[in-house]
Amino acid sequence: MKRSNVTHEIADPSEVNRFAAIAERWWDPSGETSELHHINPARLSYIHDWCCAHFSRDPNIRNPFTGLTVLDVGCGGGLLCEPLTRLGASVIGIDPTPETIHVARAHAAQMELEIDYRIATPNELVSSNNHYNIVLNLEVIEHVSDPFSHTQACAQLLAPGGIMVLSTLNRNFRSFITAIVAAEYILGWLPVGTHRWHRFVKPSELAQHVRDAGLRLANVSGLTLTDGEWEVTTDIGVNYLAIAIKD
Amino acid sequence: MAANHQDNIAESRFDVVVVGGGMIGLSLACAAARVGLDVAVIERVEFEALNSSSFDGRASAIALGSQRMLAAIGVWKYMESSAQPIFDIRVSDRESLLHLHFDHNELDGVAFGYMVENIKIREALLEAASKYSNLFIIAPRTVVAIERSVGNAAVTLDNGRVVKAPLIVACDGRGSPLRAMVGIRAPGWTYPQNAIVCTIEHQFSHDGIAHEKFLSGGPFAVLPLLGKRASLVWTEKTNLAEELYALDDKNFDIEVTKRLGSFLGDAHTIGARYHYPLAMHHAEHYVDHRIALVGDSAHGVHPIAGQGLNMGLRDVAALTEVLINNVRLGLDHGTMEVLQHYERWRRIDNLSMVAVTDVLNRLFVTEGTMIKFSRKVGLAAVNRLPPLKRFFMRHARGTGGSLPRLMDGEVP
Repeated sequence: MKRSNVTHEIADPSEVNRFAAIAERWWDPSGETSELHHINPARLSYIHDWCCAHFSRDPNIRNPFTGLTVLDVGCGGGLLCEPLTRLGASVIGIDPTPETIHVARAHAAQMELEIDYRIATPNELVSSNNHYNIVLNLEVIEHVSDPFSHTQACAQLLAPGGIMVLSTLNRNFRSFITAIVAAEYILGWLPVGTHRWHRFVKPSELAQHVRDAGLRLANVSGLTLTDGEWEVTTDIGVNYLAIAIKD
Repeated sequence: MAANHQDNIAESRFDVVVVGGGMIGLSLACAAARVGLDVAVIERVEFEALNSSSFDGRASAIALGSQRMLAAIGVWKYMESSAQPIFDIRVSDRESLLHLHFDHNELDGVAFGYMVENIKIREALLEAASKYSNLFIIAPRTVVAIERSVGNAAVTLDNGRVVKAPLIVACDGRGSPLRAMVGIRAPGWTYPQNAIVCTIEHQFSHDGIAHEKFLSGGPFAVLPLLGKRASLVWTEKTNLAEELYALDDKNFDIEVTKRLGSFLGDAHTIGARYHYPLAMHHAEHYVDHRIALVGDSAHGVHPIAGQGLNMGLRDVAALTEVLINNVRLGLDHGTMEVLQHYERWRRIDNLSMVAVTDVLNRLFVTEGTMIKFSRKVGLAAVNRLPPLKRFFMRHARGTGGSLPRLMDGEVP
């Protein structure tokens, strides 16, 4: 693996130490982000399997995504950017929160991974006229104020023949109970206020956004907790994933 | 010896560094290399010495599941011609002839497993290892320090060289120095017994039947080797074992014949005899940040059921599957989240074998009416209840429970 070239951007050593400390907490599987760590292998297997199939890559090799570009929208601390970089992709992670981007850069440096992290939103990237083979749009759409224009911008960033992976939470009584009441208040998995239920997206609404953005919806699958492990299933009642393709 | 077995290789970064080049360490290295991981093995003994019979004169039972795995990782073909199939296992108490009889035809006609001399297993492992271009053996070298950071781990060797990988695996045996370095405790106890191991040559064919007799000092196992030979694993009270071990050949053979009986005809020992103290231990954790314990470094059992090597090979299969599944998703395979899958998969199985072998040993060496009664009833009951018997037989074969794919001969 190549040595990261991002460390020089954080010049002040006290800042480097501060962000390194936060990075360890963001990446601490027992910390505030524990559910993201727990759900990550299932999300990754969905991304891996669909992208390997779409680009006709051998799913059993170490770096099936060599030569492919990935844009991770709302990348957070880099929980998806790092694995996709190891799988051979050239990855850009964007997030509007500067602290989050600093954390992601510090962790990538510790892992000696080369990842291009930027403080940006998809809209800000459109004008650059760059296009990506894979656009990841996971657990983002329920946090944005205008899901329609957000999806439009993401679709514009997708190269022809490219694939977009989306995930969000369904808006129904069950998701209200499981994602808000149980996960945030009773079990304490997520900090209270993480989600706003009225912004959750029904699969029919997601399908509409995707089609309006000129993409073809190729798959919708559920993410469910079975015997303590997250799995990709057909139950789209609460957490679900989707594949949209730019033909 | 192949070019990748040397001390001066240029590479210093691997996917996995295996500390210990014994049977389990080399099996793990071959399995990891087979699924495409870059592996380094650090072995403290020069590999030429590993191949001499004075180093290890024992033989091992290779359960069917273990054999399938060894075939899948390219090892079995180099030891097949040295393997004696086990077609029957007969367990008897000291007072009666035949209480329990496991016949392979009760399953599906496939052998329970094989007996192979350890020296042949080591030769096969070294041969197979030399065929993998992504497997490096660094010997003779010892690890003097280990350092683990957020993103990587590194071991320092006694020549000052540093070798790095996201995961270091301890396959350095019961006394595992690496386990001590990372502060994992492995509580256990010693048995007031020693095992005497030797090879006999006998007059009649053994027909591939393994015998285990429960004598007053402990189990006396007669394990068929290729030809008219058998490996004896003779457990005896420590004091007596030391006296027996020190006897001259003639008197030692007399003592062997007394316990063996006459079913194999005239018998006499060939080659050297060995004796080992018996102990049991089980590590409090199998994993820590960027560390995994595999085989004897994690657990050691009484040899009563011949399961020590098979337990270690199951660890190898489970860890290999966990690692490659995560590597193929691009995940960091040295984190606790990943490694805990390995520990959860193996801990219960190993712990139950630790308990079963301990209880079996206590049951059969203890004098007393109740114990004798339950022992007799127990053996007879197992023999009369086909489902229970098949359960024990499957375990003897190593094909029961939740199996890693390598144990079914599939490469994950």
